[in-house]
Amino acid sequence: MSILAWTWTIVGLSFALYIGIAFWAKAKSTGEFYVAAKQVHPVLNGMATGADWMSAASFISMAGMISFLGRDGAMYLMGWTGGYVLLAMLLAPYLRKYGKYTVPMFVGERYYSNTARVVAVVCAIFVSFTYVAGQMRGVGVVFSRFLEVPINTGVLIGMAIVFFYAVMGGMKGITYTQVAQYCVLIVAYLIPAIFISIMLTGNPVPQLGYGSQLSEGGMQLLNTGGGYLLDKLNEVQKELGFSAYTGRGAKSMIDVFAITFALMVGTAGLPHIIIRFFTTPTIKGARSSAGWALLFIAILYTTAPAVASFARLNMIKTLNNSEYTNAPSWFKNWEKTGLSAWKDKNGDGRIQYAKGNAFKGKVEFEKGAVGPYGERVVKTQMDDKSANELYIDNDIIVLANPEIAKLPAWVVALVAAGGLAAALSTAAGLLLVIASAFSHDLLKNVIAKNMTEKQELLSARIAAGGAVIVAGYFGINPPGFVAQVVAFAFGLAASSFFPVILLGIFWKRATKEGAMLGMLSGIAFTAAYIIYFKFVNPTANVAANWWWGISPEGIGTVGMLINFAVVIVISKLTKEPPKQVQDMVESLRYPRELA
Amino acid sequence: MSTQRDLKAYWKQNITYVLVLLSVWFVVSYLFGIIMADQLDSIRIAGFPLGFWFANQGSEVIFVVLIAVYVKLMNALDIKYDVHE
Repeated sequence: MSILAWTWTIVGLSFALYIGIAFWAKAKSTGEFYVAAKQVHPVLNGMATGADWMSAASFISMAGMISFLGRDGAMYLMGWTGGYVLLAMLLAPYLRKYGKYTVPMFVGERYYSNTARVVAVVCAIFVSFTYVAGQMRGVGVVFSRFLEVPINTGVLIGMAIVFFYAVMGGMKGITYTQVAQYCVLIVAYLIPAIFISIMLTGNPVPQLGYGSQLSEGGMQLLNTGGGYLLDKLNEVQKELGFSAYTGRGAKSMIDVFAITFALMVGTAGLPHIIIRFFTTPTIKGARSSAGWALLFIAILYTTAPAVASFARLNMIKTLNNSEYTNAPSWFKNWEKTGLSAWKDKNGDGRIQYAKGNAFKGKVEFEKGAVGPYGERVVKTQMDDKSANELYIDNDIIVLANPEIAKLPAWVVALVAAGGLAAALSTAAGLLLVIASAFSHDLLKNVIAKNMTEKQELLSARIAAGGAVIVAGYFGINPPGFVAQVVAFAFGLAASSFFPVILLGIFWKRATKEGAMLGMLSGIAFTAAYIIYFKFVNPTANVAANWWWGISPEGIGTVGMLINFAVVIVISKLTKEPPKQVQDMVESLRYPRELA
Repeated sequence: MSTQRDLKAYWKQNITYVLVLLSVWFVVSYLFGIIMADQLDSIRIAGFPLGFWFANQGSEVIFVVLIAVYVKLMNALDIKYDVHE
C-alpha cells in the first residue's frame, strides 16, 4: 500500500473510533455535559488531561523549536510540565472539593460578585478562542501535508468530527475520546523516536539514547568518528558558528527564568486544564490524577529533547556541504510542501548551513520554477548578511522523523493520525470551556435564571456548536496574529486567574475588591506590554528595550506578581468577606464534608 | 469527629508539606536547570552534562515524583486527622 492509502486508512480508523466513543458516551444531563458526572477514573482522567494539554504545537512543533534553541529550549519542557506540580498541590484538590462546573463560577462565588464572574468569563473565552484557532489550523495543515487535500477542506473535516463528539457527548464524550487520542498520539511519537535512537546509538530508549555514544551504524550514517552524541553535536555547532548545543544559548538567564515561570503558572491557570480536575469522583482522585497527567505528558516531553538532538545532528551532518543533487530524500520531499528550501548563494551546488537566516522573512516560492539543480526557486529575497543557504521549518523535525529513520509507510500514516489526535483533543477541551462559560456562567446565571435543566443542556450544545463554527472560521481565515497570541494566552492566564484562585483558596481575607482590581491590573499590565512590543512597535522588540530584560513571552510573570500585590494590599484596606464565604473557604480545606 | 484544634494542625501540616515539596520543585528546575546549569554542566552523568540534563529531563522526572510523594503524604494525613472522604 502507498503512504497515502495507509494514511487515509489509519486516519479514517481513528476517526471512526472517536465517533463510536461519542455514540457510546452521549451526555444526558448538564452534570454529564459539564463534568462527566464526576465519574472519571483518575488514571483515565490523567490520560485525557494529557491529550487535552498536548496540542498540535507540542506534538508537531516543540521538538523542532528545541532543536534550534539547544538548552534554552528547555524552558518549554520545564515550563509546560512544572505547572502540574502547582495544580496538584495548590489548586486541583480544593477546586474539586468546591465541585461546581466552571472556573468563572468559582471566582464568582468565592468573591461574592457577579461582576468578578463576568470578568472571569471574558478571560476564559478569550484565552480559549486564542488557542482553539491554532488547533483548527493545525488540523488543516496535517491534512494538507499528509492527505493532499487543501488546508480549508482539512479544517472543515476536523470541524465536523469535533462538532460531532463535543456537541453530543459534552465532557463525557470528550473525556473518553481524549483517552483514545492520547494512546494514538503517544504511540505515533514514540515509534520513530525509538527507531532513530537505535539507528544512531543502539539504545532503544530515546531518553537515554541521546546521552549515549554513537553506534557503528550511527557513525557510518553520519560519516563521523565515535564518541558521545552530545559531544559531536556541540562540536558541529561550534564549527558552524553556533553556541554549544548543551550550553547557554542566546537568551539571557533572567528571560529564560521569566518565560519558564510564566508558562508554568499559565498552565496552572488555564481553564480547560483546571476543569479536567472537576471530573474525578473524589478529592484523593483529583490529587493523583494530576500526577498521572504529568506522567503521561512527561513520556512525550522527555522524548522531545532526544528527538531534537537526533534530528539536529542528523540534519547538519547529512545536509551541510553535501551536493544538493545527493541530498537525502526527506529533504526534497519536504521542499515540495514548502517546509524546507535551499538557495545556492555561493554557486557551488552544495548546501551550506551556518548561523543566521537564509532568507529575509517568510519563505515563499516562485510557482513551478526550478533552479539549475532541480531545486525550487524561492521568491523571498535572500539574506546576504549570512552564508546560510538552508531554510528548515521547525515542524519538519517531527514530521520527517519516520522518513529519516527509514520506517515503513504505516508509521508515516501513524504520525499523521497522531498530529490530528493532538490537535482535535485540545480543540475539544477548549470548546467545552467556551460552551460552559456561555451556557452556565452567562445564560443560566445572568440572563435566563429560570432555565430548566433540559433547556440549559440544549443551550450548552448550541453554544458548543457555535464555538466550533467560530473556531473553524478562524482556522480557515487565520488572523495574522495567531502565532503571536500564544504568549498572550499564557501571560493572560498567569496574570489573571492563577493569583486570584490561589489566594481565594489559601487566604480567607482576600476580598472581592482586591480580586477584581488584582485581575484587572495584572491583565492590563501584561496585555499592554505584549501589545506594545508585538503589535504597536515590533521593531523595538529587542532585549535592550525590555524592562528588566524580560521579553513579552515572559512578562506574565511580572503581571502575576502585580496581581498578587494588588489583591493583598486592597484586601487589607477593604471590608473582610462575609462569614459564609469565609466558611466556604474553610470547608475547601478538608476532603470530608464537616458539619 | 475532629476538633477545631485538630483541623488547624491538619492544615498546618498540609502547608508544611506543600512548602517543602515546592522548594524542591524550585531547586531542580530554576536553580539546577537555569541558574546553576553552567556550573553543573562540568559534572557528567550517563553521557549528559548535569545542568543540561536537569533542564531537559531531570526536572520533569522529579516533578512526577514530587506529586506522587504529595499524594501519599496527603492521603495518610487525611486518615490521621480523620478528614478523609
